[in-house]
Amino acid sequence: MNRPAEIVAPPGRSLWSDAWRVLRRNRAAMTALLLLATMTLLVIVGPWLSAFSFDATDWDRISEPPSLASGHWFGTDALGRDLFVRTLYGGRISLLVGAVATAVSLLIGISYGAIAGYVGGRVDQVMMRIVDILYALPFMFLVILLMVLFGRNIVLIFFAIGAINWLDMARIVRGQAMSLRSKEYVEAARAGGVRTGRIIFRHIVPNLLGVVIVYATLTVPQVILVESFLSFLGLGVQEPMTSWGALVNEGAQELENAPWMLLFPATWLALTLFCFNFVGDGLRDALDPRDRQG
Amino acid sequence: MAAPQNQPVLRFAVQRLLGAIPTLLVLIALAFFLIRLAPGGPFDSEKQLPPEIETKLRAAYNLDDPLPMQLGRYLLNIAQGDFGPSFQYRDFTVSELIATGFPVSLRLGSLAMAIALLLGITAGTLAALRQNRPADYTIMGAAMTGISIPNFVLAPLLVLVFAVWLGWLPAGGLGDGSLRYLVLPVIALALPQVAYIARLTRGSMIEVLRSPFIRTARAQGLATHTIILRHALKPALLPVVSYLGPALAAIITGSVVVEQIFGVPGLGRFFVQGALNRDYTLVMGVVVFYGSLIIALNFIVDLVYGWLDPRLRQV
Repeated sequence: MNRPAEIVAPPGRSLWSDAWRVLRRNRAAMTALLLLATMTLLVIVGPWLSAFSFDATDWDRISEPPSLASGHWFGTDALGRDLFVRTLYGGRISLLVGAVATAVSLLIGISYGAIAGYVGGRVDQVMMRIVDILYALPFMFLVILLMVLFGRNIVLIFFAIGAINWLDMARIVRGQAMSLRSKEYVEAARAGGVRTGRIIFRHIVPNLLGVVIVYATLTVPQVILVESFLSFLGLGVQEPMTSWGALVNEGAQELENAPWMLLFPATWLALTLFCFNFVGDGLRDALDPRDRQG
Repeated sequence: MAAPQNQPVLRFAVQRLLGAIPTLLVLIALAFFLIRLAPGGPFDSEKQLPPEIETKLRAAYNLDDPLPMQLGRYLLNIAQGDFGPSFQYRDFTVSELIATGFPVSLRLGSLAMAIALLLGITAGTLAALRQNRPADYTIMGAAMTGISIPNFVLAPLLVLVFAVWLGWLPAGGLGDGSLRYLVLPVIALALPQVAYIARLTRGSMIEVLRSPFIRTARAQGLATHTIILRHALKPALLPVVSYLGPALAAIITGSVVVEQIFGVPGLGRFFVQGALNRDYTLVMGVVVFYGSLIIALNFIVDLVYGWLDPRLRQV
């Protein structure tokens, strides 16, 4: 305990610098990350830079195949709207849903899991029993029910999807919180008279971030998928707004005349999901101490 | 708790069954209250009904009773297999619609599940045996692609390639009911699950292959296929078995879009039509029916898991 002062501590290897080193060596994950960043940038900036608007009809070019000459790089849809801008615009909605709904699910899942795991005992039993019950519900059906009943508005989509996706997060966080509960620094805080709520959010939650980031990355594609699924069925985002799911649906109906209407949005959607899954996998390898070597 | 030593399996089963019942009740109550809370009613339509007729209709369907009473009556009815009349298809009861649509969905779903298990486990095992070699990378890359392409994207793509461009298979419908018509829907439904199962199998198979009892088997000179089939497969399949529940749920949910895309007259299509038309009883009936099915199948999966892994029964 009373260490001589002249011993210099070895340079710290924090979880984050270690993780970054592992992640940087993972070429697939880094490529995916780069691609995602590019796509996000394009989706945000693209619609402003383009000469076309997402809902304006080009009467001379209805259902036109992609061509560089006309400026409609992805072609136009049956209403003569530029598909490139629509794909980017749909991407805004899809990515926004991904971000907001994931944030909602994180908020609920982390609070719920951390409280159950830290408090423990009977509270934990009851809380986890509730999670078990909810877990077995067919959620997609309930979301469809929600969309049908309460109108198809976008705010509801954000929250409905977020509100059903927190169960995994709650379980994972609870497990971690339980193991953190008996750590010395938490005991010290408790002995020092810190209140339970403060311990949970100051000492438990920050130490969960590694796991949380991994699962958040894996939640984003799930959430995007749910939104696309709803929009595909016509129960999600409504015209003239659009999302990748809605675009894929339009494309599926024009398969024979205008296959590009399916191919472009479908590629963007799949590519995004693909990248998120790769980044999530890479992060799991990087942040999961079980696999750490050296 | 002192478990009776003689009947651990029965105890395990009863315990799991007791867990399934509240889930079912929560599901029914949730669906029921959500529907009753919603704005708009089943009799809203373009044509304004005369008020006296609407009053009579509401009375006929008991829509004016207090909610708890309506819920109680509904529970009693479904316990007898009666989901009430459909609001949209006036001449049919919901049970009749389920009886019409479900066999079609069942055929589609069980074929997809069988293919998912067969292909997924085979591919995962092959990848594990060739860990970190080209075959492994190929299979896992394909699996990642499979996971990233949702059913509703895959299905129109399959139609585009195999029906529109190549003209090998019909684009939709059930036609004369022959297998040809089921090929594309089943593939669209099965492929994402093949991908998941392959990944799960690979992971656990690699772990099992590293364990001492496999090394012993190798040292005794057993052939690789004997080791895999006789010794490694059963423990390696545990994660796959525990994934069966979510897989079933995913296939049932997926069948909704796949039936829609291919025009298969199954239960999923009734559900979407009902949802778009605010057919209270039909939507409720399908949610409750599929929900119970998922819960019941999960119960069976639990039992299988307990049978495969005796450690679980002790708890």
